[in-house]
Amino acid sequence: MKIGNLIRLVIFGLLLVFLIQPELFAGFFGLFTKNNQPAIYNQGSLLDITLNHLGIVAAATLASTIIAVGLAIVVTRPFGAEFLPLSRSLANIGQTFPPVAVLALAVPMLGFGTAPTLVALFLYGLLPIFENTLTGLTNLPPAVTDAAKGVGMSGWQRLIKVELPLALPVILAGVRLSVVISLATATIGSTVAARTLGEVIIAGLLSSNTAFVLQGGLIVGVLAVLIYDALSALERFLMKRTGQLGRA
Amino acid sequence: MSIADTAVPTHRPRWLALDKLGVMIALIAIAGAALPFALFRANRIVPGETRSLLDALPTFQSTLLIIFLLVGFVAALLRVPVRAKLAVGFVVLAALFILVGQSATYLTPPDNTFARVSPGAGFWLLVFAFALLVTDALTRLRFAPLVRIGILIVVAAAFALLLWSGSWNDLSMLKEYATRAPAFWAEARTHLALAFGSVAIAVVIGVPIGVLCYKVRPLRAAVLNTLNIVQTIPSIALFGLLIAPLAWVAANVPGASAIGISGIGAAPALVALFAYSLLPVVSNTVVGLQSVSPAAVDAAKGMGMTGWQRLAGVELPLAFPVILTGIRIVLVQNIGLATIAALIGGGGFGVFVFQGIGQTAMDLVLLGAVPTVALAFAAAVVLDALVEMTSRGGRRV
Repeated sequence: MKIGNLIRLVIFGLLLVFLIQPELFAGFFGLFTKNNQPAIYNQGSLLDITLNHLGIVAAATLASTIIAVGLAIVVTRPFGAEFLPLSRSLANIGQTFPPVAVLALAVPMLGFGTAPTLVALFLYGLLPIFENTLTGLTNLPPAVTDAAKGVGMSGWQRLIKVELPLALPVILAGVRLSVVISLATATIGSTVAARTLGEVIIAGLLSSNTAFVLQGGLIVGVLAVLIYDALSALERFLMKRTGQLGRA
Repeated sequence: MSIADTAVPTHRPRWLALDKLGVMIALIAIAGAALPFALFRANRIVPGETRSLLDALPTFQSTLLIIFLLVGFVAALLRVPVRAKLAVGFVVLAALFILVGQSATYLTPPDNTFARVSPGAGFWLLVFAFALLVTDALTRLRFAPLVRIGILIVVAAAFALLLWSGSWNDLSMLKEYATRAPAFWAEARTHLALAFGSVAIAVVIGVPIGVLCYKVRPLRAAVLNTLNIVQTIPSIALFGLLIAPLAWVAANVPGASAIGISGIGAAPALVALFAYSLLPVVSNTVVGLQSVSPAAVDAAKGMGMTGWQRLAGVELPLAFPVILTGIRIVLVQNIGLATIAALIGGGGFGVFVFQGIGQTAMDLVLLGAVPTVALAFAAAVVLDALVEMTSRGGRRV
């Protein structure tokens, strides 16, 4: 665990140095270029592009978390129970739509740029969070919910004070899945002119410059692994706090 | 007073009550009926003019469609039996799909080959509303797996009939198809080969790796973590990164280029799709083998089965539904991901999607996107049914 964290810290440090001073790594990426191609992406600051990439992913994930958790709460209440089977099927069907198709079809409505990417990421992010929130809210230990009813808590109080806190680690696992998928999918957004790290990769593909493809892919991959690990750690912490470690 | 209140529902027939979901479907349908049914453009590129439901069809047909929509509206709103909702939903969808083709024929001026008619936002919303009705009914009815596959075949046959009859030929998407029919079928073959080929290779290689990880504990975390990291590499980067090594292999390994390996094209796409498929296949194999009950393994041991016999005769068959779930995940995922292959010259339906984005010709995007979604959807239905059929005793995976 200690060594793992040290490695993560070193990788994070390397990533930061690379984003701020990419020229320091020109020697390494130069190994992958031919015919004096530039070794470091030269059509914009990598730091800006990365921050923009993260911003798009964060905004989309925040929106999908709010909507997906809200929907899951509605369909698990007695009022919305009629929507539960349909919402499950819809979440399943939604996963069969390829991201490229969603992006391309959002363009006529929203124009080129960031907007269609946000919409596509938002839609893709919904599914894992919704599924996990449903699992979290429907698999609570009956003893706990009965006890909450027994002490006279109203439906709202049970939801806020008992059900959501207990389901939080499972919900967070959904958010984690959703973030990792979005980080990779956001690169496809560059095919409709969104400013993400896909821009670097596509520039590399178009000029057959492997160094560009490699640095774009590496930044996204490293970010995904670091964010995945950080959220996993947060989940473990929350599970420990609610005394659920080992239950799930 | 309170007695009268509680007595009322028993006198009223059960179906004469509002369905909450139906209210939502009805609201979407109203919006759909109000929005333009079709879009008319003088040529392929110019912005379209909208045509409402009344203008998009001859009087007889538009009246007919409105009657169908009203029936569907009532069936959605009231608590009629679910089978009735399903039947009405299918009939309204069929009417919509047949009439949108007729609308295209009606709106296209005679002998004008430049004019384009495509379905409008209203049409799509109406389809969405009644597809919701059908989906909800199908979910509630919980048909047996074979019945679900049967329904899928009937629906696919109905669409094939519509396409074959030529009644959709005036729709813009079909006009895009008409000018590139041979390319369409070539890309379709490539797309299928990429998606199914990569999954087949992943199964042949992934299941043994999964068995190995199950038997050799220390390997498990290392292999699964490595495959997890592969999943985080964005697809377009992985496709791109494979270009250089495969070009090297093609140039330096005798016979490699003869069997079609090269830096750009289908080879890197196939390898990338294979790499993405490995994690779900391997991890589901491990999970499936772990979930085999120890009693079954003990019984097999008691009968004197060797390790290999146990694996082939007991453990793998019992783990099969879980492994199949993994295959379902990667097949649906790869049918979608194969669209990206077009970016590196790998072909597939993505070719039309990216050409369409480049020319801002949305009908061309649809020509690539619709078959992809339909394929992924069909694969999901068929494999879900297979998973259910193979999990004995109705156990849900």
